[in-house]
Amino acid sequence: MATEGDAVRTNTQGFNQGRYESVADLDEYETVKDEARTIKEDAIDRLPELIDQLRSTVENNGGTLYLADDAADANRYVRTVVGDGSEKTVVKSKSMTSEELNVNEALEADGHDVIETDLGEWVLQVAEETPSHIVAPAIHKSRAAIAELFEEVFSPTEPLETAEELTVFAREKLGEWIQEADVGMTGANFIAADTGTIALVTSEGNARKTVAGTDTHIAVAGVEKIVPTVEDLQPFVELIGRSGTGQDITSYVSLLTPPVETPVIDDTDEETPLSEIDDDREFHVVLIDNGRMAMREDDDLRETLYCIRCSACSNVCANFQQVGGHAFGGETYSGGIATGWEAGIEGLDVAGEFNDLCTGCSRCVDACPVNIDIPWINTVVRDRINQGHEENFDFLVDGLTPDNEAGSPPLQKRFFGNFETVARLGSTLAPVSNWLAETTVSRQLLHRLLGIDPRRDLPTFHRRTLIDRFQDRETTVDTPRRRAVLYPDLYTNHVQIERGATAVRVLEALGVDVAVPSVPSSGRAPLSQGMITTARSHAERISDTLAPYIADGRDVVVIEPSDLAMFEREYERLLDPAAHERLATNSYEIMEYVFGLLENGADDAPLRDGDGTEVAYHSHCQQRTLDVEAHTVAVLERCGFDVLTSDVECCGMAGSFGYKSEYFDVSMAVGDELRDQFTAPETRERTVVASGTSCLEQLDSLLERRPTHPIELLVDRSPTE
Amino acid sequence: MSTEQQLFAESLESVGVETRRVPPAGVTDAIAELLVGDTVAVALDRDDVSIPDAVTVDPTPAELHAAQTGVTPAAFAIADYGSIVLPSTAVGSELVSLYVDHHIAIVDEQDIVADMEHAFDRFDREMPDAYGSAIVATGPSATADMGSLVTGAHGPSTVGVVVVEG
Ligand code: SF4
Repeated sequence: MATEGDAVRTNTQGFNQGRYESVADLDEYETVKDEARTIKEDAIDRLPELIDQLRSTVENNGGTLYLADDAADANRYVRTVVGDGSEKTVVKSKSMTSEELNVNEALEADGHDVIETDLGEWVLQVAEETPSHIVAPAIHKSRAAIAELFEEVFSPTEPLETAEELTVFAREKLGEWIQEADVGMTGANFIAADTGTIALVTSEGNARKTVAGTDTHIAVAGVEKIVPTVEDLQPFVELIGRSGTGQDITSYVSLLTPPVETPVIDDTDEETPLSEIDDDREFHVVLIDNGRMAMREDDDLRETLYCIRCSACSNVCANFQQVGGHAFGGETYSGGIATGWEAGIEGLDVAGEFNDLCTGCSRCVDACPVNIDIPWINTVVRDRINQGHEENFDFLVDGLTPDNEAGSPPLQKRFFGNFETVARLGSTLAPVSNWLAETTVSRQLLHRLLGIDPRRDLPTFHRRTLIDRFQDRETTVDTPRRRAVLYPDLYTNHVQIERGATAVRVLEALGVDVAVPSVPSSGRAPLSQGMITTARSHAERISDTLAPYIADGRDVVVIEPSDLAMFEREYERLLDPAAHERLATNSYEIMEYVFGLLENGADDAPLRDGDGTEVAYHSHCQQRTLDVEAHTVAVLERCGFDVLTSDVECCGMAGSFGYKSEYFDVSMAVGDELRDQFTAPETRERTVVASGTSCLEQLDSLLERRPTHPIELLVDRSPTE
Repeated sequence: MSTEQQLFAESLESVGVETRRVPPAGVTDAIAELLVGDTVAVALDRDDVSIPDAVTVDPTPAELHAAQTGVTPAAFAIADYGSIVLPSTAVGSELVSLYVDHHIAIVDEQDIVADMEHAFDRFDREMPDAYGSAIVATGPSATADMGSLVTGAHGPSTVGVVVVEG
């Protein structure tokens, strides 16, 4: 798959790191996010009313509001304002909405000159390329590439090399255009309905000049940009720069209530002082529906309209960091939330082209300043795409894919979505199934039929599952301090049996009465393939199976973080509220549980003394989103281990993602970052531990050392055992 | 100095803005120290401060175009961000603060608010009547679009602030 190399990766990772630092400085970050979310929910809820209010405000201020149904309608209006009588110069500041409209082409067809004045946008205009990032559009272009481009197109008298030289060159060229310009076009980050004030968040000053330097101002914006009042802008002003490029605030936040009062000047005027020059200006705000009002009615896509286009979800995304927004994006928008935008604006086809790049790792969930459940939007859209898909593989589908899907998802998705059946069969037929799977013929078949990359090792199934081993066994604890169910996730049950057995041993050593009942898989596998109906039936079966245990006073202890995330996050969408609440509040990640036991007085003597053993730890994406990664570190440190933690957002495997041939390279490129961290001089010798099954598999293929689950470090191997 | 003033001074420093804190009588000298080259200005709206004689107050567009430094009053300032709030006025504050390479803002010590919340209280109160539009400006204009961070993209490459005591 096409990737865009180092520039995208370095820049997005820089922005992402900046975000962590900048939001840490904001008091009450979570509260401000909640405020922002509430404002957006309310605004979208009352949108028709706010549009009416804004219309009268704008008209009272002396401007015009045009509500366009779609791009063609918006462009028609803009063309009328610019006028088709004579050729005009239109200068623009950066606006993704104008990209969505392709307004430049529409105006150029009328003979007008349209100039992008944002330096990044201008580079792309010169290069005839499209933005690859919603905030930093030319992020994929290195300084050297820009220098080469300018050299080729402009043949400057002095060679341009440094970023300063390139900036000065661009500034001068663009300055001339701005001087000539007749019309200034901007976007709008937010528009307050009560005063008609537009907020423009920029750093270069080109948006200011676009407005101040022309006598006609056209602002184009999606209808979702309206907020009720000027005061509502406050949380957004505090969040948008931090969330995007990691700046506390960008150089300029223009709060314009157009038409602005600034004198309209002619630079050659040597007579008239500024104070005597008129400020006659026309102002038009063009609000664009283009599918948004329908998204507003769509319970799953509605959240997309809360998006403030900050780009945090792109920057935090390990896959985006590798491939950039041309591959991970649609017609206009890119990154995780682009699936929602493109599905709503362009349709499922466009969204389907890149939607599978979202692995559901959920790292964007905490990053989003308006708390949008971006992975859920991706899952829903994937499900809708599956529904419309037709594929005929009945001979295999019947036996291997007993799912509940009404449509016919692609075979690869059905295979991974029904992995529970595969695992069950694998265990029943083990070890023959393992030998069979590893033959060249089967690997080729798996590759051809299912797109499973032959370079991946396949899991080795065990005939005797964890459930087989522990289901009927009596507890060894007489007076338990707590009672729990150890949730036998798919992998622990069929593949990583020893890890499960160790978990039982550790829990019992800490005084917990452990049961390992026969429970279905969580539904993570079908959910990640966009098979929501199937995932829901898993959720319901899990809930029914575990309810009596919970009612009986047992906690649910989960080894696999992505399954815990199902119980705590995704089940909210799949179960009724009471069932979700019951499971979510009673479930714990295993190391979180051990931490709780130790904090509440359990004796740590039976646990192994780490005695300064040096450990390199990679926590699971979803574990971090749930805020339960610190517990592992705390437990290990308490047991005397010396822990160093990775800071990559994802290992790259992300469930079935890394197995798929088409994503193998991306998966390994993401993994390389983790490899680099864990082969650096300070980590090279450390024991590698990771919490997620996928992470462990990925680390196993990345490193020569064998990684292990942290729970396995806690087993006392001392002679007193 | 009040906490706000102290915080404002620190924030300005962290966003790369040079500051002078002076009594009204010291404003003229402070501006003179900060300005570079031909300088234009918007008239300050108080009687007890004056602008150096060499500075062209209320310039023509051609004078503005030729100038290197612009001096304008700020409506108020936001301490924890080091931001100055520049009103867009009929006398051309927006132009004088933008079409120059060096901008000097004059802000009254009493007009430093603590944070964004207070700033928006004030926008809400003042914006409809006192000025319709304003720019919250923090540090110089900047871009990272050419491969690394460069100040002075379209707007000023340096900003100075004169805080007037009292
Ligand atoms: S979805 Fe959230 S994180 Fe992503 S761009 Fe929109 S507001 Fe930012």
